Amino acid sequence: MIVEIGHFALVLALGAALAQTVAPFWGARVGDAGLMGVGRSAALTQLLLIAIAFAALVNAHLTSDFSVLNVAENSHSAVPAIYKISGVWGNHEGSMLLWTLILAAFGAIVAAFGRSLPARLRADALAVQGMISAAFLAFILLTSNPFERLSPAPFEGQDLNPILQDPGLAIHPPLLYLGYVGFSIVFSFAAAALIEGRIDAAWARYVRPFALTAWCFLTLGIAVGSYWAYYTLGWGGFWFWDPVENASLMPWLAGTAFIHSAAVMEKRDALKVWTIFLAILVFSFSLLGTFLVRSGVLTSVHAFASDPRRGVFILVILAAFIAGPLALFAWRAPKLRQGGLFAPISREGALVFNNLFLTSACATVFVGTLYPLALEALTGDKISVGPPFFNATFGPLFIPLMLVMPLGPLLGWKRGDIVSAAQRLLAAAVLAAVAVAAAFAIEHGGPVLAPFGVGIAVFVMAGAVTDIAERTMILRLPMRATLMRAIGLPRSVWGTAFAHFGIGVTLLGIVAVTAWGSERIVAVKPGEIIDISHYRLTFDGVFNRPGPNYRDVVGHFTVRRASGDVIGAMEPSRRTFPARNMATTEAALMSRGFSQLYLSLGDPNPDGTVPVRLFFKPHVLMIWLGAIIMFFGGGLSLSDRRLRVGAPRPAKAKAKDKPALQAAE
Amino acid sequence: MTRRGRRLALIAAALAVVGGAAGLALYALSDSIVFFYSPSEVVEKALRPGARLRVGGLVKSGSVVKSAGETVAFVVTDGANNVSVSYQGLLPDLFREGQGVVAEGVLAAPDQLRADTILAKHDERYMPREVVEALKKEGRWREGEDVAKP
Repeated sequence: MIVEIGHFALVLALGAALAQTVAPFWGARVGDAGLMGVGRSAALTQLLLIAIAFAALVNAHLTSDFSVLNVAENSHSAVPAIYKISGVWGNHEGSMLLWTLILAAFGAIVAAFGRSLPARLRADALAVQGMISAAFLAFILLTSNPFERLSPAPFEGQDLNPILQDPGLAIHPPLLYLGYVGFSIVFSFAAAALIEGRIDAAWARYVRPFALTAWCFLTLGIAVGSYWAYYTLGWGGFWFWDPVENASLMPWLAGTAFIHSAAVMEKRDALKVWTIFLAILVFSFSLLGTFLVRSGVLTSVHAFASDPRRGVFILVILAAFIAGPLALFAWRAPKLRQGGLFAPISREGALVFNNLFLTSACATVFVGTLYPLALEALTGDKISVGPPFFNATFGPLFIPLMLVMPLGPLLGWKRGDIVSAAQRLLAAAVLAAVAVAAAFAIEHGGPVLAPFGVGIAVFVMAGAVTDIAERTMILRLPMRATLMRAIGLPRSVWGTAFAHFGIGVTLLGIVAVTAWGSERIVAVKPGEIIDISHYRLTFDGVFNRPGPNYRDVVGHFTVRRASGDVIGAMEPSRRTFPARNMATTEAALMSRGFSQLYLSLGDPNPDGTVPVRLFFKPHVLMIWLGAIIMFFGGGLSLSDRRLRVGAPRPAKAKAKDKPALQAAE
Repeated sequence: MTRRGRRLALIAAALAVVGGAAGLALYALSDSIVFFYSPSEVVEKALRPGARLRVGGLVKSGSVVKSAGETVAFVVTDGANNVSVSYQGLLPDLFREGQGVVAEGVLAAPDQLRADTILAKHDERYMPREVVEALKKEGRWREGEDVAKP
């Protein structure tokens, strides 16, 4: 019964979404405040209805109701409760439902807390948001109904794909979706501004909280996905340039560009047309990602289903929501008023530089990801474009970006003084040079360019610190005055510094692990020793360990320092899931500072030896730590009171804004 | 500089970066793409040893031989033709005899691949799409029928 209520709520939600599309749009055209108000109540109703549907599906999974096809195919009575819940989005239908739930939630935030937005802009944005919702709800109801019943109901489910039974993957999709879908609001506002034919600096202020929220979650979502791939797949890689990973990287690159160009638009009223274009682009990449992942055109763990109807349906949605606004853009953009002037050497100039390189990098990822698909469609040849392509294109574009990044915040708006900015970066440059020399001295082997990579990473980090040091006049003023200045700095400045620092940390991790990581693949008998880096592992033997819905064959290894002191044990295992007759490799990780020992186990050989793969990953944790710092920086910037939803208004109304942000977080 | 001059400078800079990126991309594409072939195509095209490619098909039942030094040898088949593959390292979790596999590496002899990457599907319900198509070509695939389980 609850399942039918869920299904019914979903149908009603489609009705609400259609109302949200038509009423406010019409209201804005004829200037009817009542009709525009319908948009707001429709958005809130829609959220409520989708939440009911989602709760019904979660309930079906939690109670293991195998009469529901979705539950029977993706759950099992013995699965731990957390994976029963994450099983809701561990499949195509449920994950699309989560997608629309988040979409509706963002719409509802605008409806509930956007009181200070211009009425017509808000009405149009809600209408566009409603249109996206309606398209995806129709997609779910027509091709991917999660509430489909199964008769007769089986006694047991087929279990969730074991690879997905992992805490990392339980939170990865919701985070990523918050990122993908968060940009839908930016897109809706862009479309609304184009419909209105009027864009000013205030527009950038309205969308910046949404863009920052989405960017934060996208950053975190990508990082969690990458860490998951690192420890689950047993290969020890953190990024594979897999099309599905690229699908999340493209909106991130475009979204990062958008945040920066929106800053120019907000502060200087310039780059307006470009910013609007980026807003459309970012969400187009989100939709493209959804299409690539959901349509089954790619082979991947994410490609749950390869039902051609679904692919075609998403392709139609994709085409409509990319082509429509782009056409609107082509029609309206020439009419938009020109923005402010600036010299090439200025904060704006640096941000334009940032945008050029980020979008170019995004374009190369796009080419590398879609070229095989296009070639196959045109010639029938099947090719794969692997890491060499991306390393050769992405790297050269990112290096100049990293080198200019510390310079940007030190340049003034409108007209900057590059000499004085460069002087202020002198300390950072010296530090970077020292780091290069140190890397050459300490590390042997590895690519010759690697120490320079370390130098760039240190330069980026030191540059971020320099920005804060300059603004707080540290060491030039008494400590107390510096502290007061630090407190008084806008949080967006702190946010920028943290986010830039995080990039440096991630880069340092990537360079270190790529250049100086080591790997051993050996077959061992109990009692044998493997040496790697400064560590010595002794294989003690294998034993069995039962789990709730799996069996583990565990290998026990004692880890010693080269000097012989025992520092712990590592227990990698092979995990067999009887329900699906599937095995997964559970790698063992041991952190030493930011570095990790990584050990995975193969199937025992006939001669009694066990193949193991052992890695030493220097500073690998920095890759994800950097992402967390970026997330934190984004959050800080988000908490800057000038950036809250509907910012231009008296301070006393500030308190009302808080719920909007909490809900968005 | 006038507004017009600045705009032209900006456009020129943009074109330079985008052109550079396009050049890089084209160069990298000509250099680093890998073609996918079925075993029959490998035999038919008589590729030169040293070529880098991907071969996809089924792991022939009974062909997997593990030997010392972590080397694994097996045969990839599409029913009509075979390619033997050698690989050093740990096999993916879902590598099984009779199941779909994609091997990437360098051709050592016209029908021998020295693989450095082995991809098996992520889930027993789904075959790599390329493998399904390679098998369909040889008429070894029937819709709705499961591939032989080990």
